[in-house]
Amino acid sequence: MTQHSRDMSRRRLLFGGAAVGAGVLLAGCTSNEQTPTEAQTNAAGGNANTEPGKQVTIGFSAPAADHGWIAAITNNAKAQAAAYSDVEFNIVEAGADAAAQRAVLSTLISQTPDVIVLLPHDGKELNSFGLEAMQAGIPVVNLDRAFPDAKAYRLQIKGDNYGMGVSAATFIVEQLKAKGVSNPVIAEIAGMDELELTQERTQGFNDTLAQNGLRVANRRAARFTADSGQQEAAQLLQALPKIDAIWNHDDDQGIGVLAAISQASRNEFFMVGGAGSKKAMEDIQADNTVLKATVTYSPSMASSAISLARLIAQGRGMSDLVELQVPKEIVLASETITKENAGDYLKLGF
Amino acid sequence: MSDSPPTTTQLPAQSPPVDPAETEAAGHHRPATGRLSWWHGDGGEGAKRNLALIGVLLALFVIGAATRSDLYSNPDWVWANMLSILKLASVVGVVTVGMTFVIIGGGIDLSVGAIVALAGVWCTTVATQNFGAGGMIFTAVVVGVAVGLVNGALIAYGRLVPFIATLAMLVAARGLAAEISQKQTQISENSTINGIASTDLLGIPLLVYILAAVVAAGWVLLNRTTFGRRTVAVGGNPEAARLAGIDVKRHTVLLYALSGLCCGIAAIMLTAQATSAQAAMANLYELDAIAAVIIGGTLLSGGRGTIIGSLLGVIIFATITNLFAINGLSTEAQNMVKGGIIVAAVLIQQVQFRSITQFLRRNRLTTTT
Repeated sequence: MTQHSRDMSRRRLLFGGAAVGAGVLLAGCTSNEQTPTEAQTNAAGGNANTEPGKQVTIGFSAPAADHGWIAAITNNAKAQAAAYSDVEFNIVEAGADAAAQRAVLSTLISQTPDVIVLLPHDGKELNSFGLEAMQAGIPVVNLDRAFPDAKAYRLQIKGDNYGMGVSAATFIVEQLKAKGVSNPVIAEIAGMDELELTQERTQGFNDTLAQNGLRVANRRAARFTADSGQQEAAQLLQALPKIDAIWNHDDDQGIGVLAAISQASRNEFFMVGGAGSKKAMEDIQADNTVLKATVTYSPSMASSAISLARLIAQGRGMSDLVELQVPKEIVLASETITKENAGDYLKLGF
Repeated sequence: MSDSPPTTTQLPAQSPPVDPAETEAAGHHRPATGRLSWWHGDGGEGAKRNLALIGVLLALFVIGAATRSDLYSNPDWVWANMLSILKLASVVGVVTVGMTFVIIGGGIDLSVGAIVALAGVWCTTVATQNFGAGGMIFTAVVVGVAVGLVNGALIAYGRLVPFIATLAMLVAARGLAAEISQKQTQISENSTINGIASTDLLGIPLLVYILAAVVAAGWVLLNRTTFGRRTVAVGGNPEAARLAGIDVKRHTVLLYALSGLCCGIAAIMLTAQATSAQAAMANLYELDAIAAVIIGGTLLSGGRGTIIGSLLGVIIFATITNLFAINGLSTEAQNMVKGGIIVAAVLIQQVQFRSITQFLRRNRLTTTT
């Protein structure tokens, strides 16, 4: 609620400036006035784990995002923490890089929370922090970017980057087989190439295609932003006069990729997205673009991380498992969203 | 470079030492009838350089034709690809025109990418989409100019080094953009704005016309107006410009505002292309623009430069990107080549500049004795 009212007052302030010289406000066409995407939480009844337990403090840190997915991570974590009456949530912004995040985290250790949930800038670079916190007796829940050292975390919960590539390639292979295309031209628009997660996605994609005797004809790396997606896609379309299928790693950059495709008036192929944004799911459901599917890498993992961190701090296990404690590693499955099941997944879109 | 405190006893430290004849040649005496002098502002040297850049473009075309002869054998594809390259160059090109003025004026603007992002995000959020395309364009331009004015005021009146002032703005503007956009990609739902990127007139994309218009306006402003002459004078020697009666501080502010204006225009173009805006858009445009300006022959220390050269610089970079894309080569290799080209261009420029300086020295000696 406070988040919402703050948004409102900021909007009003900025809106005041924008309104100078324009007296008309057309109610009902407030295209970007949408309420912030609903956070994904799970604190509903019927789950023994949601019953209040010992009061715990959860320290949380994620990079200051300029990307929809990471923004959704922080929003989900906040919302899930707020859903529990027995959780005190202590959030610290991670700063611009691994060094800045390390500095912020050292202050977090000194506050001795019961558990720390952390989306590191880079798991390798922040591995030492994980060791330090664990040695100080604070369990660390690593979100998404794995620590190489098993002693550096109590729990790792992450998306399946390799699996995204596998899912995307599997869908593409199925579709091409169904259409009876021989010698298909397959293109790929990756995200930031310097990130390990991008390389894993591409690896999964290539491996699965290779098993089916296929390969990528041309691959461009964008930067997870719509404008870079547009520029790379425009070049890719230029390079390949005929395409059968494209995998685009990220739905946010996919906005630009789709723009480039429509600007080039191309539609002889179909496209698969990545991550599962709300917009992508809506496009898939509406079925009026080349986007026919997206493979999930859901930021709902942040909500799950908070739930599990709470259980770890309270010394409880997951009610569905026989184990008395939370497991050490959880990897989400990368699911394929198509027109048929988009309705089920829409609530997880960000 | 901000102007130095108003002391007349000491000329601003500059390396090589300021040569009055040189400043005059660069700033005040512009032969209007010299060979090819219509082409740019410095009496022949820039024209030769621009012809060399066109040669580079032709060479890149030949490389493209040799490596992808299957594509280049189709004239329709070649034409479409050339337009695609120009479209790719259009947004950075507009930013580069503003950057050229700033650098000729002796400054630098590291905040251009951030201004594009801020202007783009501002015009796609805060209900401004409700005011239609006109409202969005107006907002983007106003935000761009306003940020430019702040940059200029910090540099001219706050006496901050341009590098520091615009570096601070780079960080601050992206921060503000992230705040306004709530760190989300803001989708533009305005069909008129989005149409800017998909509209063709007489078979040529509207974006290319916009680039051409901005370049033409920039060329006229630099080469045919007092403002342009003053820019060259201020960049060549701020103290001499001040003594000549130019309000150097005010002029500096205007230069950064001009850069901001270009960023505002670019923001609309980029928002139209991506049909959205976000805080991380226009990533590293400052480097692309500065690199293009340098390759175009503008002195990084100010006082000399051409708009056409900068434009050719941008087109060369866009062509290289295109060349790598159509051959399916990696972005890393592409960046390495770009880096190499920047270094080569600056090395060539230094050699040329040295020879011009020597020429002017010799010239002065012969006339004074």
